[in-house]
Amino acid sequence: MSRENEDSLTSRTIKMMAAISVLALTSVLGWTVWTLPPFSDRMQRLVASNMAISGVENPVTAVLLNFRGYDTLLEIGVLLLAALGVFSAVPSPVILSKSTPSPILNLLLRLLLPFIILIGGYILWIGKYAPGGAFQAGAILAAGGILLSTAAVPFNRFALKTMPFAMGIGLVTFIVVALATMMVRGNFLQYPVAQAGTLILVIEAAATISISIILTILFIGGNPDASITAKDENSKASIIDKGNTTK
Amino acid sequence: MDEFPNLADMAFDGILALAVLVLAWKLLRSPNLFKAVVLFISFGLMMSLAWVRLKAVDIALAEAAIGAGLTGALFLTALGKLQRGAQHNQENNGTHQQSQEGRPNMASGSSD
Amino acid sequence: MTISLLYALVGVVLLGIGLYSLVIYSHLVKKILALNVAGSGVFLFLVATAAQTTGPVPDPVPHAMVLTGIVVAVSATALALALACRIHQVTGTARLTENEPE
Repeated sequence: MSRENEDSLTSRTIKMMAAISVLALTSVLGWTVWTLPPFSDRMQRLVASNMAISGVENPVTAVLLNFRGYDTLLEIGVLLLAALGVFSAVPSPVILSKSTPSPILNLLLRLLLPFIILIGGYILWIGKYAPGGAFQAGAILAAGGILLSTAAVPFNRFALKTMPFAMGIGLVTFIVVALATMMVRGNFLQYPVAQAGTLILVIEAAATISISIILTILFIGGNPDASITAKDENSKASIIDKGNTTK
Repeated sequence: MDEFPNLADMAFDGILALAVLVLAWKLLRSPNLFKAVVLFISFGLMMSLAWVRLKAVDIALAEAAIGAGLTGALFLTALGKLQRGAQHNQENNGTHQQSQEGRPNMASGSSD
Repeated sequence: MTISLLYALVGVVLLGIGLYSLVIYSHLVKKILALNVAGSGVFLFLVATAAQTTGPVPDPVPHAMVLTGIVVAVSATALALALACRIHQVTGTARLTENEPE
């Protein structure tokens, strides 16, 4: 009984300490925000003056894919890493759904999917001139992928075989373009000015495919390819059950 | 853009900021996880409106699609898996297992 | 108080709420929710300071950073949720328990 009191006392102490420290942090940050010095326009003027050589007309896309393209390359790499992490965290193959989906979902799918693909392609294209770009288009296509997987539409064999390539094509295209520009111009990811717009579009298109498939796989939560995961299932299950039962 | 706003702007931004804060507080204090995830999805949509007010339209698009939609779907799927796993455990063992977390109308305990 | 200052303060408060909830709750999904709220608060702060500009167009560099941040946050959340489901599968509970001397 005294142990229970001790536990509740400990958690109350931790709550008080957490509350006090978070309040201190929040007030320090809030005071800093309140007394921030006036904004300096230097970065904005730099971007605005270099828009002519960036190859696009939307400043956010120019910054994302041209001026700070290396960050975007690493971001696509992080997406791929997360998908690989989800693959390794879930050893058993993923069964999409056990029950037949409702006809409403099928009708919704038939009506929505063409528009999803069309709007995704439009937003990818318009990223050059207006808000848009690869990530938004990839997210919209992934929404279509999520609809497909909740309707338990099975992957066909072609899709399963090309899935690893589709997942990697964004990163690979980006790295190939970066290395090619390094060989031509001498600096990693420094596009030649005349082809900057085309190169950005190529990178964005490959990235859109990659992002949409990776986000759909993140939603599915495992490898939909049953033939690959079934081989490893026995080995992983024996590793986990080693402590509990004898196999 | 940084001049002193007029009354309509101030009212809209004030209400939006209040909605964001109240949603965040309610979603983290609710013991029912399903309710918390639904509040999180609406929190994401309010954030999308806030991005539009801050003239960040690209981020608004990305937040509405990825932040609210995709993350909400991820959370709901995870809650479903946890609930199915808890039911499976209960059926297997037959003894009183851990309380089923994430059922839509069951409380799952807040802070321990 | 200008619009961007209001949103910056809201972002700081969101960060505080998220960090506090990350510490005190023991359920893993609640912790992941708290991390997402804290992340949204940080992004709000970044974009709000980007909007405090004297020109008509806000600064695009923090916009790009926040866009990257949103995508990285969703992939981290997906991985964290997969790990939480795996923890539940292996140990039977998705709550962090007190350390017991074994």
